[in-house]
Amino acid sequence: MTSSETQNPTNGSYPPGTHPDLPPPSTAYGPVHWIKVNLFGGVTNTVLTLLFAYMLWKIVPFLTEWMFLDAAFTGESRRDCEATAGGACWAFIGSRLQLFIYGFYPEAQRWRVDLTFVMLILALVPVLYDATPHRGKGLIFACLYPFIGGWLLIGGLGLESVSTDQFGGLMLNVIIGVTGIAFSLPIGIVLALGRQSHLPIVRILCVGFIEFIRGVPLITLLFVAAVMLSYFVPPGTNFDLLVRVLIMVTLFASGYMAEVIRGGLQAIPKGQYEAADGMGLRYWQVMRLVILPQALKISIPGIVNTFIGLYKDTTLVIVIGRLDILGIGNSSLADSKWQGLSTEVYVFVALFFFISCFSISRYSLYLEKKLHTEL
Amino acid sequence: MSDNVSQGSDQQVSTQPNYLLSLWRNKETRSVILQIITIAVFFAFLAYIINNAILNLAALGKTFSFDFLDLPASYDINQRLIEYTSQSTHLRAFFVGLLNTLLVAFFGVITATILGFLLGIIRLSNNWVASRLVYVFIELTRNIPVLLHILLIHGIIVHILPSPKQAHTLADSIFLSNRGLTIPDPVAGDGFIFTVIAFFIAIAGAVYFRSWAKKKREEEGKIYHVFYISVGILFGLPLLVFLLSGLPLTWHVPEMGRFNLKGGITMIPELLALWLALSLYTSAFIAEIVRAGIMAINKGQWEASEAVGLTRDRTLNLVIIPQALRIIIPPLTSQYLNLTKNSSLAIAIGYMDIVATIGGITLMQTGKEMETMIIVLFTYLCISLLISSAMNWYNKRLKLVER
Amino acid sequence: MKKLSIALAACAVTALTLTPQAAKAGTLEDVKARGVLNCIVNTGLPGFSYTDASGRWKGFDADMCRSVAAAVLGDGEKVKYIPATGKTRFTLLNSKEGDVIFRNTTWTFVRDVSVKLNFIHTTYYDGQGFMIRKSKGVKSTKELDGATVCIQTGTTTELNLADYFRANKISYKPVPIESNEEARKNYIADRCDTYTTDASGLAATRASFTKPEDHLILPEIISKEPLGPVVRHGDDQWADIIRWTVFALIAAEEHGVTAANADAMAAKKAPATARLLGGEGDLGKMLGLDKDWAKRAIKAQGNYAEIFERNVGTKTNIGLARGLNAHYTNGGLQYSPPFR
Repeated sequence: MTSSETQNPTNGSYPPGTHPDLPPPSTAYGPVHWIKVNLFGGVTNTVLTLLFAYMLWKIVPFLTEWMFLDAAFTGESRRDCEATAGGACWAFIGSRLQLFIYGFYPEAQRWRVDLTFVMLILALVPVLYDATPHRGKGLIFACLYPFIGGWLLIGGLGLESVSTDQFGGLMLNVIIGVTGIAFSLPIGIVLALGRQSHLPIVRILCVGFIEFIRGVPLITLLFVAAVMLSYFVPPGTNFDLLVRVLIMVTLFASGYMAEVIRGGLQAIPKGQYEAADGMGLRYWQVMRLVILPQALKISIPGIVNTFIGLYKDTTLVIVIGRLDILGIGNSSLADSKWQGLSTEVYVFVALFFFISCFSISRYSLYLEKKLHTEL
Repeated sequence: MSDNVSQGSDQQVSTQPNYLLSLWRNKETRSVILQIITIAVFFAFLAYIINNAILNLAALGKTFSFDFLDLPASYDINQRLIEYTSQSTHLRAFFVGLLNTLLVAFFGVITATILGFLLGIIRLSNNWVASRLVYVFIELTRNIPVLLHILLIHGIIVHILPSPKQAHTLADSIFLSNRGLTIPDPVAGDGFIFTVIAFFIAIAGAVYFRSWAKKKREEEGKIYHVFYISVGILFGLPLLVFLLSGLPLTWHVPEMGRFNLKGGITMIPELLALWLALSLYTSAFIAEIVRAGIMAINKGQWEASEAVGLTRDRTLNLVIIPQALRIIIPPLTSQYLNLTKNSSLAIAIGYMDIVATIGGITLMQTGKEMETMIIVLFTYLCISLLISSAMNWYNKRLKLVER
Repeated sequence: MKKLSIALAACAVTALTLTPQAAKAGTLEDVKARGVLNCIVNTGLPGFSYTDASGRWKGFDADMCRSVAAAVLGDGEKVKYIPATGKTRFTLLNSKEGDVIFRNTTWTFVRDVSVKLNFIHTTYYDGQGFMIRKSKGVKSTKELDGATVCIQTGTTTELNLADYFRANKISYKPVPIESNEEARKNYIADRCDTYTTDASGLAATRASFTKPEDHLILPEIISKEPLGPVVRHGDDQWADIIRWTVFALIAAEEHGVTAANADAMAAKKAPATARLLGGEGDLGKMLGLDKDWAKRAIKAQGNYAEIFERNVGTKTNIGLARGLNAHYTNGGLQYSPPFR
């Protein structure tokens, strides 16, 4: 090959079989080809491309204009916004940001909420990321965290006590979501084990409970918490509404958690049970030392997904008059200075939820991938 | 799971004379004891809370009875599929609400399924633009709470669409305004009954044709375009009869009254918003389920289909989706359940479903928290059980086809 | 993970067996022990109860809560506001979440007798009206045939509306809505032709519009809506405290006692004023409070007239005249029984 090239470099004629490889025609590779195959290959494809391109062309400029270019970021009232810009009035969100995050939590005490958030992250790192240094100590901290967090938020024992009615905004969503998941995990484990139990009555009760919880909407359970639960405690006693909501949300989440964990349990090969039995371990030892550690590990993506679902559902507390981030937005609209800005509120809250839920779901995907490679 | 319990303890059985302890160490008796304890605790708990409820109700001077269901509801409901006035009973109000829930759930399930399958398939297509956009849509939709979807869409319908006098209209018979979507109301004339009869005959004919074509195919290898011919029979025959009997159907076209369009069938904005929001939200989840189901099918199936010369569309329709359905159905069931349960969020925009009628206004006007909530919970439980048993039945049917 | 799950199980058990706070004593003792008055208010109705940018509750009802807190606890700021929709308010009261409802609640037979509530006094005499755009050219409710009507669900207005339209054989399309704010949004967007609620609420809502003059409140008032505070059945002492605190505010107007001059007036020896303000006798003790209770209530937010004028009066943008709510000496219905 090399010799022939050197023999006839310029006159353009090659002996048969000695022509050097030419690049393929530009329509078979490169961007043009890619576009032709991927965007305009076939009638359906072309129609799809054009349709979606048209949608993009319609939506993107409109949204950018409304959200950024033509939006008002400063101002004291809706009229100020309308005077300066025709798009969104973000000044409203800005002026109420504190309320969106902390609700009616006393201003002087808000550092406690910040601290609780920071500690939540510190507590989550060792749970979620298994290469954390000193993970053992971290896990102990994570176990103690609900109590520390609860104490910080509610007060007492040296801190000024804050009533749970002043909880609101984003903080309420996080409290309900995190508490619901944390406490539903152990209950879910018990229910999942009970559902597979060989004791028929235990099984029936667990199945009944799980199916009941999964068969009714969360909103009705919240109504139960608001209007019915107080009938079931001894006369003269009284639970805080937030505690009642947390109880119902935990029960709700545990029904779903039980199913996730049952999936994990069923994925454990039978040989694991048999081998553990063969070692002479008792039922609880088998579960604690052999089955659950594996089953829970497989279930983690499912647990994270349950959490995302629950976290989104925390907005429903609005129907029983609790002002979460969405509720604060809605109630802020009653201020005559800012009336009529509901779209801004909804878009702001939607963006907030999208960012948080999307990042959590990415984490869950990462876990799934990691589990795949480990198994 | 159970065996290890006995094995572990059997080894430890010593010469304990204690009879109770020996009962405990015997596997069978122990499980009986455990169950007796469980059930005793359960009933004790039940008795305790019921007792508390009785005491609490007595302290407030309330009684527990469902008598209020026979009293006149005295409120109006804006969307009723059955006859209802403010003089009707609370029980009837409950049924109006129940039908409204079922209506939105039914239409929601249908549109969410169609949209979900479309999105799931586009998501897997080679078309880069379409697949990326669908990806963005799916992620945006499913990571935003469904309540926000409902509020946003309702807000858009109510705030962006024009008032009825300036309604968007199609051929002056279909109107879209912030009072909803109004379409003409069909009025059946004399002889329309023949068209209806023809339609039922057509259904029977199509079913018969299908089985006949299948037999032919198996016996003689002759292939008919079953789908197109069935569609032809289904629509052609009634249409023919309709034309022959002299078009016995008139449309009652809505007209502008002083405030609203008069006549026609109106889909109120609340129903429209709830239906759209639930369909969109659920379709994002269904799309992911469909995608996962299709991706779970062995690559060899694609290659084999390509080898026998099937196009991509036909491969999907004839080879991949029938197999993927078996994987798709169980998670799809739980999405249907979710959609039905999420329809209870209707209360946020004032759509009169069960929660808003019996669990809302009735509860409020009568003060019967316990009774109305029990009715609502029980109704949802029944709906959920019905949906899951229907889907289980369908799933079993699919499994039977497997060879 | 194992340790985690055990610890979490322990957490769950503790949470579920959490001993509920005992609350056997009367409401007064509960409030005193808690140091805070739990007051159920509207989630947002301009002029009556709403929050400003700093989250502070303002309005006619919200101020009344402060007066009660001042009388009972000595500090008008010791109020915990519990925002409630029309639907949740009574259950919040019955579940002992709140001590008293100050949420434009209509006194009706069924609520008083069958829903088991105790209505205290009418702090605001109201009636149900209709608001409509002037451009619709409607001058009377009789012309509303075929109209779409926004109503707040879970309220008496919903029932009045059904009755009134049935009695007058007018057809309408109800749009049930949870809160005043939602109703306002729907009305502004022309989702409904007319919005019906208490006339005071209509005025407050209209005042918040960019062009209030484009909207008309129809002349017909189709119902009586006596609005006032509500407490649970079965605690007479607590009901008395709320009732007489409200009366003290009304009596203060009669005697010319205001937030500014309450201390000075207490020092004077006019018998009726002195009894009211604790200068003579010890009426407070009979209520289970101290002798300065009424003076504190008045000093907290002013007398009835001051609260009215500051929040909804003619000088505010809501601009409600006293009307039926004028003191009886001015031809209204606000009348306090004697303090003796």
